[in-house]
Amino acid sequence: MEYSISEILSFTFMQRALIVGVPVALCAALLGVSLILKRYSMIGDGLSHVGFGALALAAAMNLAPLRVAIPVVIVAAFLLLRISENSKINGDGAIAIVSSSALAIGIVVTSASGGLNTDLYSYLFGSILALSHDDVVLSLVLCAVVLFLYIFFYNKIFSVTFDENFSLATGTNAKVYNTIISLLTALTVVLGMQIMGTLLISSLIIFPGLTAMRVFKSYKAVVISSAVQSVICVAVGLFVSFYAETATGATVVCINLAFFIVFGIIGFFRTIKK
Amino acid sequence: MAILKCNDVTMSYEGVNVFEHLSFSLNKGDYLCILGENGSGKSTLMKGLLGLLKPTGGKIEYSDGLVQKEIGYLPQQSAVQRDFPASVYEVVLSGTLNSRGLKPFYGHKEKELANKNLERLSITHLKKKCYRELSGGQQQRVLLARALCATKSLLLLDEPVTGLDPLVSAEFYELIRDINKNDNITVIMVSHDVKESVENASHILHLENKTCYFGTVNDYLSSSISNQFIGSY
Repeated sequence: MEYSISEILSFTFMQRALIVGVPVALCAALLGVSLILKRYSMIGDGLSHVGFGALALAAAMNLAPLRVAIPVVIVAAFLLLRISENSKINGDGAIAIVSSSALAIGIVVTSASGGLNTDLYSYLFGSILALSHDDVVLSLVLCAVVLFLYIFFYNKIFSVTFDENFSLATGTNAKVYNTIISLLTALTVVLGMQIMGTLLISSLIIFPGLTAMRVFKSYKAVVISSAVQSVICVAVGLFVSFYAETATGATVVCINLAFFIVFGIIGFFRTIKK
Repeated sequence: MAILKCNDVTMSYEGVNVFEHLSFSLNKGDYLCILGENGSGKSTLMKGLLGLLKPTGGKIEYSDGLVQKEIGYLPQQSAVQRDFPASVYEVVLSGTLNSRGLKPFYGHKEKELANKNLERLSITHLKKKCYRELSGGQQQRVLLARALCATKSLLLLDEPVTGLDPLVSAEFYELIRDINKNDNITVIMVSHDVKESVENASHILHLENKTCYFGTVNDYLSSSISNQFIGSY
């Protein structure tokens, strides 16, 4: 059966998916640019696995999933950042250990308490049907907070990302900004996980920034382009997955991949023209 | 009037003292080169001067109206910067951040300062170019312009000519000498290049085996430590 766009938009689950998806995509893209440049690309991946572990525990103990997942993921984000900054295990290794352990714990807990149920399945691969009214409110609040902090601290974030030692030496408290970035990333990951799934959420963070960097040469252009692309990809992905009846998260990633390839080709031709 | 005083400073790295009891002072307009083998503590001292690392003993003091966060710093380049998408103007402008406090956006004054320093280092034509696509020498000029935006009185440079070819290095040294003389900015440079250092600097600080030598270039050249280090210069 064919639906028109206005008919699609009259479904509550599609409205919710858009109201959650668009702001989360916007935040993920903004934060993603900094994370990629700071070489923390895998942090989103690590955090989502921790989120999965927390959800499994919450389900086993009959607690509200997000109430458990949000604090746990925030704590994990602080820990991962500290480990990446100053420890003998390097950041990569730390993230790999944390994410696989959290996933394993989640699966052990689930299988011990009666096998994978639909909720956990949807957290692994994402589902737009799982969104509640609370999620909608939370994602709008999150988006407002991220946008405000990002714009207010835009120049500082640039300076800290480009050259942490220089900003420290000239009196910018780099630790504060790193902490803000990881806190916001944790919130974005938990919210985004529901649509994109544990296994695919990190692409929402990494793809837009990397895609923009193929073509754009200034920081401002990269930030704006990745925000715009990310929103387009999620919106288009939602509609395509509705019509084609494909998994939403995976569809969004495929559209991101298409953008990446197109931008990559444009970037390639630009360099050889020079 | 001294602009910087190190009083009996001892610094350590991972629990081991790198150098001990270092004392020296610099006046406005001095040009100090810090020499020494790898591992002699040059970078540790630099971190101490920048306030990134606390001395385990003694005191580092700035005076004459200079606050620690008003130091212009030219760090060694990191891997992150080599593929960072940023325009030259964005990088230079970020040097003015320390004077902004909590105010989020750049004002007219900061933009003017950034433009002035672009002009000063003759890189105005690169303003809109992408930082990562510049040559090594151009990148150093951009970072120098950023450092000049952050300071009016003291410039710290950490091995600024590493990886540059001899011609570009010579140009860069001349630029530093010019900034030191004409803008009356005190310069502290960590360097490997003994020959250039004794030619340009007014003072030398030589770190070796936890001991330190500090003096004017002429005193340094007639000292025993320089003879061991550079042979017959």
